[in-house]
Amino acid sequence: MKTYDFNQQYISKIDKEIAISTDNVQVHYGKSHAIFDASLDFPRFQITSLIGASGSGKSTYLRCLNRMNDKIAQVDGKILYRNTDINSKKINVYEVRRHIGMVFQRPNPFAKSIKDNILFALRNNGINDKNELQKRLETSLKDAALWDEVKDDLDKSALALSGGQQQRLCIARSIAMHPDILLLDEPASALDPISTSKIEETLELLSKSYTIIIVTHNMQQASRISDYTAFFHMGHIIEYNETKNIFTAPEIKATEDYISGDFG
Amino acid sequence: MDDIQTRLQKSSRATRQDYFGKAICYSCIGLIILLVACILYFIASKGLATFTQNGVKFWNFLTQSDWKPGDVDKYGNPQVGALPMIVTSFSVTILAALLATPFAIGAAVFMTEIANKKGAKFLQPVIELLVGIPSVVYGFIGLSLIVPFIRGIFGGTGFGILSGTLVLFVMVLPTITSLSVDSLKSVPMHYCQASLALGATRWQTIYKVILKAAAPGLLTAVIFGMARAFGEALAVQMVIGNAVLMPKNLISPASTLTSKLTTEIGNTVMGTLPNNALWSLALVLLFMSLLFNLVVRFIGRRGNIKNER
Repeated sequence: MKTYDFNQQYISKIDKEIAISTDNVQVHYGKSHAIFDASLDFPRFQITSLIGASGSGKSTYLRCLNRMNDKIAQVDGKILYRNTDINSKKINVYEVRRHIGMVFQRPNPFAKSIKDNILFALRNNGINDKNELQKRLETSLKDAALWDEVKDDLDKSALALSGGQQQRLCIARSIAMHPDILLLDEPASALDPISTSKIEETLELLSKSYTIIIVTHNMQQASRISDYTAFFHMGHIIEYNETKNIFTAPEIKATEDYISGDFG
Repeated sequence: MDDIQTRLQKSSRATRQDYFGKAICYSCIGLIILLVACILYFIASKGLATFTQNGVKFWNFLTQSDWKPGDVDKYGNPQVGALPMIVTSFSVTILAALLATPFAIGAAVFMTEIANKKGAKFLQPVIELLVGIPSVVYGFIGLSLIVPFIRGIFGGTGFGILSGTLVLFVMVLPTITSLSVDSLKSVPMHYCQASLALGATRWQTIYKVILKAAAPGLLTAVIFGMARAFGEALAVQMVIGNAVLMPKNLISPASTLTSKLTTEIGNTVMGTLPNNALWSLALVLLFMSLLFNLVVRFIGRRGNIKNER
């Protein structure tokens, strides 16, 4: 395996409005050090993809951003969202997750109806007005490009949907809460190419009103949909730049090798 | 080529091993089925003799409340009314299950969702130990602690449904708890994550997602606990009072199907009505445990269908 110098880093400055940023984030699983000094700024209303080999820490890093690593790993450092360090112990994690939603690798709808899946979080937050619920149900399913396919079966079990539909349902379920930021952990890796392209179209539409951070194994996907890309290697962020720069003229040798497939 | 052809058609050591292994499995299963069939036949033939040979009407057996199998009433009919025991058995079972279920599910949620690893590791053997304590010990503790306690508070003898319920409560608690723990553990991790990622609190996640997903398993746990309570003889017999009377309240002495069987079976002669009547009680017990099993099966199947869809 080739070895690379982790001190060789290229992190480009972002001159846009920042939605969320991390400052020297460190993650430990017990004694093993999983993420080293991760400092990134994510621009608002843009899609940023995190790429890297398996075990490079990109999913771990993503999960820090809405505190899903609580009780699983030790996360140190600052995560700034609206000028607040949301990694602090005093922060209300439930409130964090209401503003920073997450969609997982495997579609994971609840064994409830489509409607109840979407309305789960809203009802938890005490929204009981029927008109409001109906409106949110419709808009979130439309935003996730699922409305036309399910509008007549809203009371059917969500588990009866295909994998791609289930994943779009999970996206709809997340955006029903109107979060600021949407985190996606390899959302298309369990899906066929047609479902994948539908998810990608959905994400591009959503990026008009949401900040999207997506972990992906698929480099074509990263280059197709994302505006910015960060390359992770063994827990270090090697390069972070606009996607077109990373894929055409990478600054660091490790990035170039990974993108061209001459890696490891 | 010829060699391979013949070997393809001949049996070998490996194929004979297959046959041998299959034969062992089938004979073991056959023996178990035979045993079950024999027990069913024996209890049924003995239990039904009350109605076929001794001329007791089945309906009277279920609905009358006088239990004096040796005597006849003024019309010359034998007095074999099992209603008081059936009522008492159901009362203690249902009350114990009602009392134990909230505690058991609470403990199970604590062990699987709330306690840290050390706490769960400590509680697991405690629960398992409770399952393993012999029922006579429970009965003895009930007799020397619960009965005087109830006598002190409510008066009377202290024997009765309430004492029986309390003893059974402690006995079925670990059964329901450990089965509930298994069912909660089998709820997929991703349900929990999905709920948390949507901003649901821990309580909302437990209440609306985990408990709901585990509901068929929890119901099964409760029914297994009820089956245990229904079939428990010794511990109940020690605290229930053993009087075949229609229970008037929770502290009047009563008798369950099982406690009647254990106290009386030695005092009757095979082939006579008093003995046959006890077999009829056993038949009722057997039928009830079959029913409990069927309910568990039914719930299991419905739960599976729900998960697949």
